[in-house]
Amino acid sequence: MAEAGAGSPHGGDAAPPGPPEEQELSRRLRRLYPAVNQDETPLPRSWSPKDKYNYIGLSQGNLRVHYKGHGKNHKDAASVRATHPIPAACGIYYFEVKIVSKGRDGYMGIGLSAQGVNMNRLPGWDKHSYGYHGDDGHSFCSSGTGQPYGPTFTTGDVIGCCVNLINNTCFYTKNGHSLGIAFTDLPSNLYPTVGLQTPGEIVDANFGQQPFVFDIEDYMREWRAKIQSTIKRFPIGDRLGEWQAMLQNMVSSYLVHHGYCSTATAFARVTDTTIQEEQTSIKNRQRIQKLVLAGRVGEAIEATQQLYPGLLEHNPNLLFMLKCRQFVEMVNGTDSEVRCFSARSPRSQDSYPGSPSLSPRHGSANSHLHSTGADSPTCSNGVMSTKSKQSHSKYPTLSSSSSSSSSSSPSSVNYSESNSTDSTKSQQHSSTSNQETSDSEMEMEAEHYPNGVLENSSTRIMNGTYKHEEILQTDESSMEDSCPQRQLCGGNHAATERMIQFGRELQILSEQLCREYGKNTMHKKMLQDAFSLLAYSDPWNCPVGQQLDPIQREPVCAALNSAILESQNLPKQPPLMLALGQASECLRLMARVGLGSCSFARVDDYLH
Amino acid sequence: MKNAVIGNNKQKANLIVLGAVPRLLYLLQQETSSTELRTECAVVLGSLAMGTENNVKSLLDCHIIPALLQGLLSPDLKFIEACLRCLRTIFISPVTPEDLLYTDGTVISHLMALLSRSPYTQEYICQIFSHCCKGPDHQTILFNHGAVQNIAHLLVSTSYKVRMQALKCFSVLAFENPQVSMTLVNVSVDGELLPQIFVKMLQRDKPIEMQLTSAKCLTSMCRAGAIRTDDPCIVLKTLPCLVRMCSKDRLLEERVEGAETLAYLIETDVELQRMASITDHLIVMLADYFKYPSSVSAITDIKRLDHDLKHAHELRQAAFKLYASLGANDEDIRKKIIETENMMDRIVNGLSESSIKVRLAAVRCLHSLSRSVQQLRTSFQDHAVWKPLMKVLQNAPNEILVVASSTLCNLLLEFSPSKEPILESGAIELLCSLTQSENLALRVNGIWALMNMAFQAEQKIKSDILRGLSTEQLFQLLSDSDVNVLMKTLGLLRNLLSTRPHIDHIMSTHGKQIMQAVTLILEGEHNIEVKEQTLCILANIADGTTAKELIMTNDDILQKIKYYMSHSNAKLQLAAMFCISNLIWNEEEGKKPSLLMHRQVTILIKKLLLNSNICSAQCIGIQSVMGNIILGVVWIVGVVRRHEEDAESSLGETQGHSDNKQELERHRGGFHL
Repeated sequence: MAEAGAGSPHGGDAAPPGPPEEQELSRRLRRLYPAVNQDETPLPRSWSPKDKYNYIGLSQGNLRVHYKGHGKNHKDAASVRATHPIPAACGIYYFEVKIVSKGRDGYMGIGLSAQGVNMNRLPGWDKHSYGYHGDDGHSFCSSGTGQPYGPTFTTGDVIGCCVNLINNTCFYTKNGHSLGIAFTDLPSNLYPTVGLQTPGEIVDANFGQQPFVFDIEDYMREWRAKIQSTIKRFPIGDRLGEWQAMLQNMVSSYLVHHGYCSTATAFARVTDTTIQEEQTSIKNRQRIQKLVLAGRVGEAIEATQQLYPGLLEHNPNLLFMLKCRQFVEMVNGTDSEVRCFSARSPRSQDSYPGSPSLSPRHGSANSHLHSTGADSPTCSNGVMSTKSKQSHSKYPTLSSSSSSSSSSSPSSVNYSESNSTDSTKSQQHSSTSNQETSDSEMEMEAEHYPNGVLENSSTRIMNGTYKHEEILQTDESSMEDSCPQRQLCGGNHAATERMIQFGRELQILSEQLCREYGKNTMHKKMLQDAFSLLAYSDPWNCPVGQQLDPIQREPVCAALNSAILESQNLPKQPPLMLALGQASECLRLMARVGLGSCSFARVDDYLH
Repeated sequence: MKNAVIGNNKQKANLIVLGAVPRLLYLLQQETSSTELRTECAVVLGSLAMGTENNVKSLLDCHIIPALLQGLLSPDLKFIEACLRCLRTIFISPVTPEDLLYTDGTVISHLMALLSRSPYTQEYICQIFSHCCKGPDHQTILFNHGAVQNIAHLLVSTSYKVRMQALKCFSVLAFENPQVSMTLVNVSVDGELLPQIFVKMLQRDKPIEMQLTSAKCLTSMCRAGAIRTDDPCIVLKTLPCLVRMCSKDRLLEERVEGAETLAYLIETDVELQRMASITDHLIVMLADYFKYPSSVSAITDIKRLDHDLKHAHELRQAAFKLYASLGANDEDIRKKIIETENMMDRIVNGLSESSIKVRLAAVRCLHSLSRSVQQLRTSFQDHAVWKPLMKVLQNAPNEILVVASSTLCNLLLEFSPSKEPILESGAIELLCSLTQSENLALRVNGIWALMNMAFQAEQKIKSDILRGLSTEQLFQLLSDSDVNVLMKTLGLLRNLLSTRPHIDHIMSTHGKQIMQAVTLILEGEHNIEVKEQTLCILANIADGTTAKELIMTNDDILQKIKYYMSHSNAKLQLAAMFCISNLIWNEEEGKKPSLLMHRQVTILIKKLLLNSNICSAQCIGIQSVMGNIILGVVWIVGVVRRHEEDAESSLGETQGHSDNKQELERHRGGFHL
């Protein structure tokens, strides 16, 4: 590897792409092609060591291509394709090839080809193959005879190839200058391809490893502007203000859904629309939501039972989810059941901002939410999905957490860290061992969890997420003020006992549900994650500590809100979010069927 | 009134006929009327100005401009804005003379001061400036009033209209103005230099108008030398942007402007020409410029036909201009241009178009392409380009004549097949008349073309030239104040005085005057090249059989030759050497030059040999025989000369002479670049 570094200006290029270069590449690819879901359709990052003719040699992390055949005539031509085809969601795709050496005759071809096209040829000679050749500057469009296209190219030149997946054309660049359209009506799923034909020919590819010579981002900007102006100018048949009325309804229902009571009333007044739900009902929901978001889940459950009798009884899954959350909040020391033990005034921590400052966030900061949420088409149509993917990936797997809890000595750790007495210690120990047994029990039952948490992802995209900076800050500051070191259940002995007590009840509830409704892997996972918190000396900085993050209250809150609305025969998702979800899903569908314009019409672009 | 006239040209005309304007102006000027009333008056007047050109004329007749300018002194911003809006509308009308803005010096400074008042004043004032800035005088006035500093910060205004008008202002201020351009490079706004701001405005998602205008600014700055031609902002931004402006997707107006600006940008830089020629198939793209009005538009849509017709001339001339710039220096590009579909036919047609602009551009394009030896021999001959060209030369305005006669120069080069027919069609007379022109460029071209014509010409042509020109005119030209004219006239003389019979013939008829002129020039204050050329003429004369006597009997001239042999400049020394060599050389072994002369020459040559570091080694061996020495020196000198000349011109291959004496007698024709 080291000897090959001569041709490249940066020393780092010679080495196999280590983490920094790889990171740089990933960063640049993400910036260039933000709409591409790289898990579904990976981007080309190097030449394929498998998809090439024998006369091709690869080096330098499969980026450098050299010819190693006889090069007697055109029968000795050899090509190599990139590892992956160009995803349509790129919208506009670009790669560059630097001619390191033109070799004997400089018969180099740069272009595109579909999978399965003969590799014993230069790109452009066969069907579904396209190329620009260095010796004569001709373009070859699936044909053995070329058309005059551009200048010739040779050693030292950088040739770029840009595929426009919106109008299915391709143009080349030479040393940063666009040479004009070379091909039209390109098929989809083409691979970047280079072909060489005489000894000594060497070329280096740049799939984004380094900055491009041609300003491709400027070209992308032009197309983004074009597509966005198409959208802007798209005609809507507006009969007698229907359009406006619809928009107003969407906004209004959204406000109501999230319980922005006074804003909704003001909006209704100004736009002269009516609100379906009663004021008091909105306020009730608002109160309950506030409680959940403040971490006072116990109170929230009480309030719900009081205001909407029968609701939780009919929704055992929701109840279980709430209770799990309550347990987590107890660990956190925020739930009122443990807070009342605290020496401090419980109100001092009740600093969760009121509804006016709660504002949903749909930002790119949570882009994974969009992707997970809309992954399952059903959710965008307003149906709760029970099989949304991923979302548990950020948690450590079951086996690892249970093994860590069994390998360490949880009791001693807890003992030393908490200011509890002997009795607590034993209690805790027993509870932990209890948990251990239940863990192992679950471990035996647990296979894999292909399906993640039930409503977590789907509801979150539907209902939006909440601005948590303030909450976090107030929470943290209050904690820092009062207890410099965050402690289990606020460091209170009685509270810890109550928590353990509650954990037992929760375990019983789980078993009861299991009996009544059959096994529910989701519940098991939730319970396990919650209990795992106790296995660590510092739950806030442990592999499952993320649960303690106030942001995790949001899905629970949204689920509860949706359930209440559903019980009132109101839509459990606001139409605005539904439309948003639908738009996102539409774009994903476009990407899948090869419509490149999806990359420049992203929902995110319109949300800020 | 306001509501009645808005959008209704008829009503506007009616009101004007009824005499509303003087009344409105009266109310506007009354200090005592309320500002609301005065503002409304300005608004109505502005509305009237929005109408036809006749409306504007009527307003101008009522001296509306001074009244409105007076209004700008008011403290009320609304009123000022209304006045400015009306002024803007009047000044952007083609019937308004721009000079009206500059009659009072305080107006400009007041406008500059108003620039800080509001986005509206900024927009209107910039618009007024950009429409009223015509030519270097206006540019200087505005520049001296601090236009650059006052307007620069508007480029980052939040209002698009203000940004755009400020940008337009800069594009007219900087156009062909090195002073403004050099200043702009170093101005920065919010820590960003203007070129960077312009480059940002070139981004492809910006409105086309903005991209085009900022490309014009950068082009002006580049041509003024403020930005290097190899700067990335020119090579990778401005040039590609202008090429994009030429594409089919753009409006016809944008395509015209894009092509003209690009032509200007690359006019003198071969690297930019090469880059433009490969960018986005520009050469092929330009061929579309000739397809208006298209046959489709004629059938489908009368409006479109009208639109196309209006722009057809502009498009054609823009394309010709750009082709001319593209092909100015690079032979491969010229070839590509000529290979474009029907290119030569289009040029030939363009030469006989009614529009002067198109004709001029077509001639320019032809001139650019005529620099190619290959094309002169092939496509130029195939399409008999000389015919329409000769026609253009008859009674054309000077600007066309200049370019056309330059082209003719190239078509008259000895290897051009067009030379013969051009001669037959009476070119000598035409060219001789050009040499009498008041216009310097025409005089140069006329005499240049004659010089090319005389190169290796037959006796008859030479006498025709001499007769057509007349000796008086010849001497007139020799005393021309312009060095170029003088040089070409000397060149013509040198070409006329070649081959022994011709020399003797011409010297027998014009000997006296020529010797006189030569003496005069050698005595006069001229640069080295002129003296060298004159000495070469002497050398040619010395080559004659009878003509030689004119020198041998002229002691004055002999002394001068001797003087130049020991001149400090090597070129003059060499030229004097030619004279001596030719004087001494005598095939007939007849009369020998005087012995005294001989001796002096020997000493000089010895000196020369000792000083010369090129040929001393070779020459020492043959020093014994005087003649041989001279021959040797001359031979070497000849070789040196030839090398020099080959390097000077692309014509080296056409002159493979083995006889070094011949070499001395000629002055070859040169390409007109």
